[in-house]
Amino acid sequence: MSVPPAVPLLEVRDVTKSFGNVAAVQGVSFPLYGGEAHALVGENGAGKSTIVKMLAGVHGPDTGSLLVGGEEVSLGSPSDAKARGIAVIYQEPTLFPDLTIAENIFIGTQPRARFGMIDRGAMNTAARALFDRLGVPMDPDRLASGLSIADQQLVEIAKALSTDANVIVMDEPTAALSGNEVERLFKVARSLCASGAAVMFISHRFEEIFALCQRVTVMRDGRHISTSELAGLTVDDLVRSMVGRDLGALFPKIDVEPGAVVLEIENLSRAGVFSDISFQVRAGEIVALSGLVGAGRSEVMQSAFGVDPRDSGDVRVRGKSLRKGNPKAAMRAGMALVPEDRRQQGLILDMSIERNATLTRSSALARFGFLVGGRERRSAYEWTKKLQTKYARITDPVGVLSGGNQQKVVLAKWMATAPSVLIVDEPTRGIDVGTKAEVHRIISTLASEGVAVVMISSELPEVLGMADRVLVMREGRIVSELSRSEADEEKIMFAATGSEAAA
Amino acid sequence: MSAPTRVAPSGAAKPSVKSDEGPSLIEKVLQVRSLGILAALIVLVVVTTMQNSNFLSSQSIRDILLAASIVGVLVVGQTVVMITKNIDLSVGSVLGLSAFAAGSVMKGADGAPIVVGILAGIVVGAICGLANALLVRFGGVPALVVTLGTMYIFRGIAYLWAGGEQITADEMPSNFLKLGTATLLGVPVLVVVAVVAVVLAGVYLRRYRSGRDLYAIGSNGHAAELAGIAVGKRILLAFVFSGAMAGIAGVMFAARFGTVDAAAGSGYELNVIAAAVVGGVAVVGGVGTVWGAALGALLLTTINSSLPVLQINQFWQQAIVGALILIAIAADRLLAVRAAQQLRKRSAHVD
Repeated sequence: MSVPPAVPLLEVRDVTKSFGNVAAVQGVSFPLYGGEAHALVGENGAGKSTIVKMLAGVHGPDTGSLLVGGEEVSLGSPSDAKARGIAVIYQEPTLFPDLTIAENIFIGTQPRARFGMIDRGAMNTAARALFDRLGVPMDPDRLASGLSIADQQLVEIAKALSTDANVIVMDEPTAALSGNEVERLFKVARSLCASGAAVMFISHRFEEIFALCQRVTVMRDGRHISTSELAGLTVDDLVRSMVGRDLGALFPKIDVEPGAVVLEIENLSRAGVFSDISFQVRAGEIVALSGLVGAGRSEVMQSAFGVDPRDSGDVRVRGKSLRKGNPKAAMRAGMALVPEDRRQQGLILDMSIERNATLTRSSALARFGFLVGGRERRSAYEWTKKLQTKYARITDPVGVLSGGNQQKVVLAKWMATAPSVLIVDEPTRGIDVGTKAEVHRIISTLASEGVAVVMISSELPEVLGMADRVLVMREGRIVSELSRSEADEEKIMFAATGSEAAA
Repeated sequence: MSAPTRVAPSGAAKPSVKSDEGPSLIEKVLQVRSLGILAALIVLVVVTTMQNSNFLSSQSIRDILLAASIVGVLVVGQTVVMITKNIDLSVGSVLGLSAFAAGSVMKGADGAPIVVGILAGIVVGAICGLANALLVRFGGVPALVVTLGTMYIFRGIAYLWAGGEQITADEMPSNFLKLGTATLLGVPVLVVVAVVAVVLAGVYLRRYRSGRDLYAIGSNGHAAELAGIAVGKRILLAFVFSGAMAGIAGVMFAARFGTVDAAAGSGYELNVIAAAVVGGVAVVGGVGTVWGAALGALLLTTINSSLPVLQINQFWQQAIVGALILIAIAADRLLAVRAAQQLRKRSAHVD
């Protein structure tokens, strides 16, 4: 890599930010050099988001300073940050669904023609040029509503490009992307660096950090741990400095002798989505459903649970058939589903932690049909404590928690029902390593207590580390079944893609 | 006027512009929407005229247009507010207060130019709008609640001011009242005012950055802040604009009816919101045009006038307006679902 110029494009110098009496960020400093991709890592709650918001002009630092091109600046608002050439791509896309893609890109900077009127033709042409640069032609005149996450991210990137930003901050841009899409994003990031821009990249996936970045800043509990060149570091080094201790095994798998068959799925089909799915899960067993995104894994389990319809086939829990399309019956039979998208499907974000954690059992906890505070609260305390959930007050809305802690609340909610079948869909997506290990420990403990676990995961290390058996799906069918000893990354990828080249 | 010197560059830019122009999906949807209202309007007019050919007499058309123009001016302001995901329930009261202000000024200052009365109405309206805006922005209370409160307060002020009296036509200067009857090339001046308001606001919302900002705010307020849009300022101005439009409507009301009391414009707010909703302005923000809303106003006013002709009990009028609102919302929903299906089939990538 080239030698960085002496003056960083942007420098964060000894910044501090507190919310109330909680210090979110304390004494953090790092430089962003032109031509470099700089990773910012840390567990959830380490203060990365606060740093991002400072760079975006949403929060100002309490003390310390931000320097753009060596000159101290104060970013009082997002438009200040924009004017200084800083573009932020947020973890959750921030598009306007009712405006067109081109308008989303150029909001506030639309090209103008006579009388200051927006020149839609020129705007669409410019948007098309941006997408050409990104190598993905998109229709700029289409409404943003209904775009896939990956496409939304592309629009965000186009937005960043359109402002000629020289500092681009990407806050977990890859969390919801598939392999190809990540590769495409990296191509763009690299070409941005090549043209002299500085990229700040936040991700929980170390392989991505090593693939893209030249420099890394580690944060822990709001404090600055280190900033160093990435070359020469290993994943272990990073993990150690992130969590401040040697991480016990990331996959604390407990060996269990599988018991009786608990869940049986026979010839389950849904036209156009999946067909002829049959498998069994025994008590104490963890079965992973692997495969590419869109292979139909989540759909199978949602249909088995009853939230999605099914055309034919049978689902039995302990030998008892479940009626189709009836999640309540599935819950009564002892099934629990931790969905893929916890913010949309797993939690009611505006409701309290307490209420979310007890939602599955609100009728059991109610007296004469009324929820009286005490029992609900005691139960919520009990379960969130068991899972070591970190929160300020149990009455806070669950939306304020970090991703890992939100996931723990979802798990608490289902564990409280004492399920005999637990389905977890991407249980650790967007969760930091420390919490990841805890979630794995929880799942593993549940299995050792005799719960039959079905785990859907796109992360191969997780699949290999946790599963007793791996079922690989491709295009709506189970194409391979591998035991724990047989399974390795290549075999799974081979089965999932159906071609050796893709692995 | 430097227009001639500008011809060359804009002409040169044309070819590339032309090749890119084509109705986008949203435009198509909105066109379908407006066409539906237009079709309903035409059917209504045809059916009513078959019943009584006088319905298309120039006097009758004039009356409908005059009535529609006052609601039309109000609906322009309301649309701008609703696009930002807010609502202004106080417009009827603001109209009353402005009408009374305009009337009082004209009555008190004998021989003053009518501009003074017009300005008085607009200023009073804008001040009311500013009060709404400040309460919404700094009170942290939803606009629905704020403007519900100010609706009563403004009305109360009007009653206090009027003290039970009314301003009658013979107290106002005749040249002010002429505004209500004057025509421009055969078109009533009040109608011209409404059309100008619709056209200007329509172009502003569609073609100006700050106009698009309003849609962005209504579409996703959080994202709008992150995009650096001055959300607070824009919403503030939207309410002031709505107030000023209600002020203009108040002046129009005073000029047209000649008699103003404290109850002027009571109940208009719901007619206005109904017109906007029927015209395709979404209560949830981010969607709608002033053209559509103005068409909605015209349709509702025409219904009001045609029911007596059709010898339908006035009692049904409100029920029909209610049904129209539900139909409009159902149609929107249907179109939205259709559009979503189409979008799913057609990937965003164009190759």
